[in-house]
Amino acid sequence: MSELLRVRDLKIGAHVIPPDGDPFDIEIVHGVSFDLKKGQVLGLIGESGAGKSTIGLSALAYGRGGVEITGGEVFINGSDILKDSLGNLRKLRGHVVTYVSQSAAASFNPAKKLMTQVTESCIQHNLCSQSEAEERAVTLFRKLGLPEPETIGDRYPHQVSGGQLQRVMTAMALCPQPDLVVFDEPTTALDVTTQIDVLAAIKEAIRDTGVGALYITHDLAVVAQVSDQIMVLQNGNTVEYGDTEQIINRPAEAYTQALVSIRSAEHAEKLPTDAPVLKVDGISARYPGTKFDVLDDVSLELRPGQTLAIVGESGSGKSTLARTITGLLPQRSGEITFDGRGLTQTLAERSKEDLRELQMIYQMADVAMNPRQTIAMIIGRPLEFYFGLRGSERDKRVRELMDEIELGPEFLSRYPAELSGGQKQRVCIARALAAKPKLIICDEVTSALDPLVADGILKLLLNLQKIEGVSYLFITHDLATVKSIADTIAVMHRGKVVRYGPKSQVLSPPFDDYTDLLLSSVPEMKSGWLEDVIAHRKMESAGN
Amino acid sequence: MTRIPTSALIGLVITAAYFLAALFAPLIAPFGVGEIVGDVWEPMSSKYLLGTDGIGRDLLSRMIYGGRTTIFVALAATILSFTLGTILALTAVVVGGWVDMALSRFIDLIMSIPTLIFALVVLSVMPVTILVLILVMGLLDVTRVYRLARAVAQDINVMDYVEAARLRGEGTPWIVFREILPNALSPLVAELGMRFIFMVLFVSTLSFLGLGIQPPEADWGGIVKENKEGIVYGIPAALIPAFAIATLAISVNLVADWVLSRTTSLKGGR
Repeated sequence: MSELLRVRDLKIGAHVIPPDGDPFDIEIVHGVSFDLKKGQVLGLIGESGAGKSTIGLSALAYGRGGVEITGGEVFINGSDILKDSLGNLRKLRGHVVTYVSQSAAASFNPAKKLMTQVTESCIQHNLCSQSEAEERAVTLFRKLGLPEPETIGDRYPHQVSGGQLQRVMTAMALCPQPDLVVFDEPTTALDVTTQIDVLAAIKEAIRDTGVGALYITHDLAVVAQVSDQIMVLQNGNTVEYGDTEQIINRPAEAYTQALVSIRSAEHAEKLPTDAPVLKVDGISARYPGTKFDVLDDVSLELRPGQTLAIVGESGSGKSTLARTITGLLPQRSGEITFDGRGLTQTLAERSKEDLRELQMIYQMADVAMNPRQTIAMIIGRPLEFYFGLRGSERDKRVRELMDEIELGPEFLSRYPAELSGGQKQRVCIARALAAKPKLIICDEVTSALDPLVADGILKLLLNLQKIEGVSYLFITHDLATVKSIADTIAVMHRGKVVRYGPKSQVLSPPFDDYTDLLLSSVPEMKSGWLEDVIAHRKMESAGN
Repeated sequence: MTRIPTSALIGLVITAAYFLAALFAPLIAPFGVGEIVGDVWEPMSSKYLLGTDGIGRDLLSRMIYGGRTTIFVALAATILSFTLGTILALTAVVVGGWVDMALSRFIDLIMSIPTLIFALVVLSVMPVTILVLILVMGLLDVTRVYRLARAVAQDINVMDYVEAARLRGEGTPWIVFREILPNALSPLVAELGMRFIFMVLFVSTLSFLGLGIQPPEADWGGIVKENKEGIVYGIPAALIPAFAIATLAISVNLVADWVLSRTTSLKGGR
C-alpha cells in the first residue's frame, strides 16, 4: 500500500436541534474522496461552512459535537478506521494521526508546562520513556526554530508568543512520530509577519520528518506554499482536486478561478483636495494605570471623500488610535480637529452633532449588534436618535438604507443571529450610514469574513463613498485590502507612524525596513515564494 | 405555540393550582380562617378533608388562606428585590467608577451580616405588619440579586454593541434598559424562580419563629408552628404545610427552567 490515507465517498451528517420545532438531520459533507501518499501534503481549502475542518477530523474518525460520519470509508495504512473499535481508535489518535488546531492559545492547558504537554501523547501511548520523549521534543523545538530549545519546555503557555506557541503545538503533533498530521488553519490567527515564520517552520518540519499532512485553510496563497495537491471545497462538495501548480495557474472551475483572482475591488488613488475632514496632530495616549505610550506622537490627515488606511500588526496601536479619535480613550497630548473644529478629549463633552458625524464599524459584527433587537430596530435607532424620525417616515428611510446595502426588506424583522457574517457586517454599515456621517472609522471590518464576502463588502464601501461622499479611516492588517481601497496610507509600528503618504508613494520603493517586512510577508499565489522571501529579508519579524 | 415539555406542564399545572387557590381563597375554603369548627386534631374525614388543627380549626381552610398570605408576601418581596437589585446593579455597571465602588461595597457590608439574624433584629423593634415584612424581606434580598445582576451586566457592558450605543451618545437609561437588560434577562429569570422559593422559606421561617405573620392570620410557617406538638402523638398536621412548600418549590423551578430554555434562543424564538 503506497497510500497513507485513502478516503472514499465520505459522507458526514449533523443532528440539528432547533430551539422550537422538531430535531432533524442534515448532510454537511456529500461524498468526498481523496488520497494522500506518505510524505505529501494535501491542502483542503474553502470558505467557512465548506466542511474542511469536518473532513480533516474524519482522518481521526472523529466528529465534533453533534457531527457524525454517516457513510464512506477512511483507510489509514490500508485499514478502514471507521469500522475500528473505540479502543483501536484511541491507539490511533495522538500516535498514528495527530492534530494541530487553529488557536494554540486556547488549546494548551495554561496550568501545565509546555514540555509536559508536548511529551504527553508519547507517554500516554507508551512509545518511549519521559527522557527520550524530552529529547525528541528538544530536537523538534530546534528544528522548528524556537529560541532556547533546551529550556523553552520549562515555560508555561502564557510565557511564549502566539507564533511560538503555534510552533510548540506543531512539535507536540510531531513528537509521537505520526504518519499523518492534520493542520487546521494553523496560521490564520497570526500576524502576516509571524505567519511567514511559522509557515516556513511547518514546511521544513514536514519535509524533514517525512510525514503526510492535511493542511486546512481558507487562504489559497498560504496553501500554495506548503501543499503538493489542493482540494477546493464548497458546501461539502469537491469543486476541484488537483496538483497545486495546476490549481493555482490553470484553475478549471469558475469557483476556483474566483478564489484565485480575488480582490476585484479596485480603487484609483484620489489627489488631496479640500481642507482635511480629520486632522490628528501629535497624539500620544496611554491606558489608565500604565506607564507606556501606546500611541506616540501620531499625526495624520484625512481629506473629505477619501480613505486613509492604517496598517500594522497587532499591538501596533491601530485600534487605540480609533479609540482616541472616538473619545473612548482621552489623549495625553496633541490635538484632534474634525471638520474644522477641535474635538474634546472625552466622549461625555462632545456634542450630538460631533457624535453623529463620526461613526464606527467594528471587526466582529456579531457582537456589534444587540442580539435582542431586530434589524429594523438596529438601523432605525440612529434615525430616531439623531433626526427624530418616527413611524412610517423612519420605516421608509430604513428601507432605503436596506436597498443601499443590497439586502431585501424581508431581513427587517430578523434578529442578528439569523444573518450570515457578511450580512451582519452590511447591517452595521447601514447603521453607520443612517447617521449621515462625514467620517466612518472601519476597524478591521473585513478580517473576520471569507475572502469572497470581504471583497463584496469592500466594493459596497467604495460604492457608498462615491454616492455619499463619506470619508473612511480604514484600520487593517491586510495589505491586499489596503491596496484595493486606500487613497492615503499610514504604516504603524509600536505606536509610531513609520511611513505615511499617498498610496502610490507608500507602496513603492525605497522602503524602510518595517514596511519592507510587512509587504514581503503577504503570501503570494505562486510556488517557491516562501523560500524567496525567507532568503531575502532585511529584518527579523517581531517577537520571534 | 410550540409543544410544552412534560416537566414544564406538570410545574405549570401545580403552580397555577396554588396561585388560583390563593387568589380565590374565600370562594374555595369551606370554613373561615379563624373559625373553630370541631375537636382538637380530628383525623381526615369527608367533613374536614385534612382534619383539624390544635384548637379545632379546619386545616384545609387554614392551608388555603395560609397559602394566600405566604405566596403574596413572597411574591411581593421577590418583585421588590428584583426590580431594585437589577436596576441598582445595571446602573452601577454602566455608570462605573465611584458609584459602582460605593454601591458594591455597601452591598458587601450588608451581606456580611447573616440575613436571618438581621431580619430578626429589625422585626423585633418594628411593628410586624405585612408591609414591614415585605419591605424587610425584599430589601435584604436585594444583595443577592445585585451580585448576580452585576456579574451578568459586567460581561455585557464590554460588548461592542454597548460601546456602539455609547458612541451614538445614548444616555444611561437607554443603555441600562434597552441594551443590557434584555440580554441579562435569561439568567435573572432562572434566579427569579429560585429567589421566590427562598422567599417562601424565609417568610415561613420567620412565622415559625413567631416574628412573621401574626395569628389569627394563617401562613404555612405558622401552621407548622401551631401543630408541631402534634407530631409527638402521630398527628400529621405539621407536615402538610411542609409538603405544600416542597411541591410549590419544585413546580416553580420546573417552570423557570422552561422559560429559561425558551428565552436563551437568539433566533426570535419568543
